[in-house]
Amino acid sequence: MNNKVLTVSPSPHVYENTTVRKLMYGVVIALLPTLAWSVMTFGIGAIIVTLVSVVSCILFEYLIQKFLLKRQPTISDGSALVTGLLLAFNVPANLPVGIIIIGALVSIGIGKMSFGGLGTNPFNPALVGRVFLLISFPAQMTSWPIPKGFNTGYVDAQTGATPLGLLQEKGEATVSQVMESAPSYSDLFYGQMSGSLGEMAGFVLIIGLIILLYLRIISWHIPVSIILSTGIFTGILWLADPTQYADPLFHILTGGLLLGAIFMATDYVSSPMVPKAMWIYGVGIGLLTVIIRVFGSYPEGVSFAILVMNAFVPLLNRYIKPRRFGEEVQDGQ
Amino acid sequence: MITKIQEAKVLRTFSKGGVHPAEQKLSADKAIEKAGLPKQVSIPIAQHIGAPSTPVVKKKDQVKAGDVIAQSQGFVSSNIHSSVSGTVAKIDQVIDASGFRKPCAVINVEGDEWADGIDTSADLIRDITLSAEEIRQKVLEAGIVGMGGATFPSHVKLSVPEGKEVDTLIINGVECEPYLTSDHRVMLERAEEMLVGIRILMRALGVEKALIGVEHNKPDAIAHLKNMVEGEEGMEVYGLKVKYPQGGEKQLIQALLDREVPSGGLPLDVGVVVHNVGTALAVYEAVQKNKPLIERVVTVTGKSLAKPANLLVRIGTPVKDLIEAAGGLPEDTGKVVSGGPMMGKALQTLDVPVVKGTSGILVIPEKEAKRTPEMHCIRCSRCVTVCPMGLEPYLLKQLAQQERYEELEEQSVLDCIECGSCSFTCPAHLPLLDYIRLGKSHVNQIIRNRKSK
Repeated sequence: MNNKVLTVSPSPHVYENTTVRKLMYGVVIALLPTLAWSVMTFGIGAIIVTLVSVVSCILFEYLIQKFLLKRQPTISDGSALVTGLLLAFNVPANLPVGIIIIGALVSIGIGKMSFGGLGTNPFNPALVGRVFLLISFPAQMTSWPIPKGFNTGYVDAQTGATPLGLLQEKGEATVSQVMESAPSYSDLFYGQMSGSLGEMAGFVLIIGLIILLYLRIISWHIPVSIILSTGIFTGILWLADPTQYADPLFHILTGGLLLGAIFMATDYVSSPMVPKAMWIYGVGIGLLTVIIRVFGSYPEGVSFAILVMNAFVPLLNRYIKPRRFGEEVQDGQ
Repeated sequence: MITKIQEAKVLRTFSKGGVHPAEQKLSADKAIEKAGLPKQVSIPIAQHIGAPSTPVVKKKDQVKAGDVIAQSQGFVSSNIHSSVSGTVAKIDQVIDASGFRKPCAVINVEGDEWADGIDTSADLIRDITLSAEEIRQKVLEAGIVGMGGATFPSHVKLSVPEGKEVDTLIINGVECEPYLTSDHRVMLERAEEMLVGIRILMRALGVEKALIGVEHNKPDAIAHLKNMVEGEEGMEVYGLKVKYPQGGEKQLIQALLDREVPSGGLPLDVGVVVHNVGTALAVYEAVQKNKPLIERVVTVTGKSLAKPANLLVRIGTPVKDLIEAAGGLPEDTGKVVSGGPMMGKALQTLDVPVVKGTSGILVIPEKEAKRTPEMHCIRCSRCVTVCPMGLEPYLLKQLAQQERYEELEEQSVLDCIECGSCSFTCPAHLPLLDYIRLGKSHVNQIIRNRKSK
């Protein structure tokens, strides 16, 4: 019995059954309801854009790791798949294939691999790609197909303005006049409006949030703080002058706010580590989004807001510390 | 049955972090069995935190069970007794659970004769006749140390220093480590003696209140103890929500009393002393039966083990004897751990002797024995979420790796209780605790150097 060679290692000797891959595929599962709904809303275009985005993200990750970095490719960890899905969700469903491939190259090549790959990228890779495309191809990136189910078509789809776009171009009109031509709240909730592939339907995104929370992939702090702060800041403006500013619910259900709050801002690598810092980060995103939407020249600002706050994450991680157990009680308490 | 929601409302727990490893209490319904006498024991002459003891026996000396073989040195130290009768074969260096060679008295067992004055009968003696000072003396002489695994000399914890006030004794029956059931069985089978032990501890400390904390996965023990403390003044039993590391002293105090032991402080600083259920039983035996700490209950367990068991074992018995008693070493064994799977130590050899702090022997199959290859940190913050001390394990690991010890100290690395929750939960399988331990030892060294200057 003594001849047996025993493994010796420091404790702990048991592990939770969590892996990076499981977490990433958990995100994929949470994204599936939205994907299914987008296909039902935008038809073939949604399928083409998503497929091209996912395949090219995975392929670029593989090629860069294998031939540029000369490392063992890690495409099976699922992170490139998530980036591909999120990039697709952030562009119109009629975006030409070539532009999607450029977006994927920027996401993976510049957003992720140039910083060292998974775990080291300071910015959300999908958003890096999306913003690059928005600036480089403003026309294609802002021609949104009008949802007509499976008959929507692909590049030949009829296009229309997003609800936030209508608001931006209202000129002298009052909000209530704009609202007459804007989709109803139930249309916003069920995604019957023009917009990026995966951003329009509130209810499927909220199902995704429930899945993420149930699988304990993210904590509630970031989505809740973004949605709450956006609601509060737009609510203050709306209460001050309802003829000039849209109501909070409109702001929460339009644009990429829910997609951003639930799936983009919660990206592990580019978001803070401590609940207190998550609140600051979330409120910052909410505030910047409202400022860009209401006072800026872009109708939509979630992507920019998240990227700006991504840049603050290292600072937040450095200076915002969790309350230590047994920490001395501060003055005044 | 208490539902999950009711449980969350009714049961107390600590506030920060924590994890839920699979419980695997395979031996929970196995009554304590007396293990057979070993042929030879190796009794380490230092089995406690503090100054090592000095051996007082030499080769060829005859000893009886209960004879002192090593005398305590200084206040924070403890006596060591022979656990068997026989002849001292040698004083030798034997590999212990830490993997290092430690001086041991190796004794060949001959018969089973006990030293004079030890009451080996099973009669329960309730009346406590000794004063607080006499109790402390008795505990010191009997070589009692914390049996939860920390092995801090118990008499020291019973001596309240000048200027400190203690109002509550907490008895730790949490047993939050997966697999282990020795405390569970003691609470079920030796409750009467344990309660007298608690009464003795209360007298020594001069407190009126004793709280017994037991995790809710042992409903039979909770019910039994609640029944037993009926009519016992000042004693209360609390069921606690199942969450690791509830058995950590600081976590348990917070769960039961909502008091937070300050960083770098002791339970004494919040008026509490914590003792393990096994220690309470040992105190009973020492004070009422004059029996030193020479045997303890050890859980021998593992998924592939034929007969998981709770054995009453003499100190110094080699681990291989215990595994033999539990059905022999399984074919697929990959690792043998002394203690629980979260904080236990992996053994190099099965000749390692059982010591006063050995709560269990866990046999882990080959397929679970090896670590998974590590990946890059994805900054998921799970380690921060689960840390019961409010630390940032990912950062501590990074700082330790980069040998940035000053920053490591600033980031409260010394508060780490080494519970392993961070490594347990890490999806990238990073050896967080390994590096944190390394960092802690460097920081401790730096602090010692600073003081000596």
